[in-house]
Amino acid sequence: MDSDLAARSAPAAVDKLALPAPVAATRGAIELRGLTKRYGEETVVDAIALSIAPGEFFSLLGPSGSGKTTTLMMVAGFVQPDGGAILLDGKDMAAVPPQKRGFGMVFQNYAIFPHLSVFENIAFPLRARRWPNGAVAERVSWALELVRLGRFGDRHAHQLSGGQQQRVALARAIVFHPPVVLMDEPLGALDKNLRFEMQVEIKEIQQRLGMTVLYVTHDQEEAMSMSDRIAILNRGRIDQVGPPGEVYERPANTFVGRFLGEANLIEGTVAPHLGDDTRLVLRSGHELRAPRGSRCSGGAQGMLFVRPERIEITPGANAAGGPRDNALAGRIRRCAFLGNILRYAVDIDRIAPVTVDLQNAVGVAPLPVGAPVVLRWPVAESLILPAEP
Amino acid sequence: MTGSIASRWTGSPHAAKAPRDRTLLLLLPAVAMLVLMFFEPMVLYFVRTFMECQGSVGEFAAQASDLLLSQPYLTALATTNWIALTVTLAVLLVGYPIAYYLTTVTGPSVSVVVLAIVLPYFTSIIVRTFSWMVLLGEHGLVNDTLRAIGVISEPLPLMYNRLGVLIGMSYVLLPYMVLTLYAAMRGIDISLLRAAEGLGASGFYTFRRVYFPLSLHGVLSGALIVYILSIGYFITPALMGGQHDIMVAMLIDRSSRWRSTGPRRR
Repeated sequence: MDSDLAARSAPAAVDKLALPAPVAATRGAIELRGLTKRYGEETVVDAIALSIAPGEFFSLLGPSGSGKTTTLMMVAGFVQPDGGAILLDGKDMAAVPPQKRGFGMVFQNYAIFPHLSVFENIAFPLRARRWPNGAVAERVSWALELVRLGRFGDRHAHQLSGGQQQRVALARAIVFHPPVVLMDEPLGALDKNLRFEMQVEIKEIQQRLGMTVLYVTHDQEEAMSMSDRIAILNRGRIDQVGPPGEVYERPANTFVGRFLGEANLIEGTVAPHLGDDTRLVLRSGHELRAPRGSRCSGGAQGMLFVRPERIEITPGANAAGGPRDNALAGRIRRCAFLGNILRYAVDIDRIAPVTVDLQNAVGVAPLPVGAPVVLRWPVAESLILPAEP
Repeated sequence: MTGSIASRWTGSPHAAKAPRDRTLLLLLPAVAMLVLMFFEPMVLYFVRTFMECQGSVGEFAAQASDLLLSQPYLTALATTNWIALTVTLAVLLVGYPIAYYLTTVTGPSVSVVVLAIVLPYFTSIIVRTFSWMVLLGEHGLVNDTLRAIGVISEPLPLMYNRLGVLIGMSYVLLPYMVLTLYAAMRGIDISLLRAAEGLGASGFYTFRRVYFPLSLHGVLSGALIVYILSIGYFITPALMGGQHDIMVAMLIDRSSRWRSTGPRRR
């Protein structure tokens, strides 16, 4: 993987980096035990427990106000926790001030020192550690090459574009080879294309250096594209932790399902199990099924979760489901053209409209509004979640 | 003279067309005031001095340079500069922490602190200088207290000397420094300090490499304001200084008094 990376990005520069890749990380394990922060009456971080392995790319994902930045600031040492503990490689960090924790940090607004050159910005952590000049120069040019800013050392921050400033911030965070780098929405201010480019670069550098990254974001695509594991935060609590595929496809609750992307959540009453399936009876009397194992008992209100891209849409009015399929009949209410996909809203008798995504592939013609259609999807792609309180 | 400038500017068709020229008009009241109240009396004063001199131009120049290079004037210039520089430094050392403290205060308490700094300055400067005399005099509060608790037996010479001038002037000029520094410090992005700390810098290193350099333009403008005000200072050194602390402003006062009461009535 490394050789093809090197060929694609600046080859000469990357060869000079002289670091075996990927490095098997041995340092940089983070453990949070019941971490809690209160502001007045409000508990903004509520007993968070996490265990992050060395070399892992771990994201804290959540809407604003979910406590993700506060959690990161407690790990960094800028915010004093009201309870719980932070352990780095088994060592309690409670009494360690921020400057002694040895983390690399990338901030939301980059926090580039405006009075220093790019070189001096990146050299800052080294000079603060009293490195000799020669070693500083060597290491800074290494970091500059790593973020592909080789020729920009003499410039000032205000002469750089947003993406370049972001690279300076990144170089400054990794220049002293910290085992752990904390990143607080580092790509929030960049436009979409640049953001994607930087995601790839950050991920590559993280793997090359084998460092642990604790990454805070509210952008679910960003979290999914980069992370080994994601923790989804909601009102100061962790709703779910897992690899991107798992949290996307098997959300623990309706909040996670909605937050990670477009989701259909069809309301109904949970009926007693039938064979291997859990059944959900809709208000219209239709019955939908999901594999057993959902945490819902009979008689309770539940919601059937299915991603829009898993639903097949065909013209017609006969909604006979096969033994392993769920099926519903309805009419096209709206079709939104999103470029690579066509997003349909389909009216179904007495339930909220169902969203269906269709790849805008060769030969796909949009269905007209009002056309009768049948929606069909495998029972295995369904999940019954407890209804929202 | 000012009238002609005004009519020429407002009447110009070019000025009306180009927006940049019109913004220059905003300077007009200030320029008019300077010309009328500063430039014009200076020129008149100079012309009158020249007219009253009986000799030739050469004699006048020689007389003038003799006067300016005479010992009392050179001494006063040196004294003035030394006092102004010392006061600037003292005010900077006292004012910097106050200004920094102000930036850390949030909410309505900012106005309370600023008011506490500025409010005493609504009192007359003479009253404030006299109150320093009450504090620092031979039988003032400071000396009496020190003597009462037995720290000293003879009163300390806190007044009618250089020290008195420095104390009095530093006190009067402090708010100019504090408010200038505060304005500059308020513009410093606090997240930069957090970044420095997060990247391993100690508190002192963060101050030396980040905070102080970013506050430097405030330090320079504050120092410039205080220095300029110091070199022209009059009342405090006149009341609190000794006979050796003659500043340039006092010399100017003396000679202009002599001029307006002396030769003109002749």
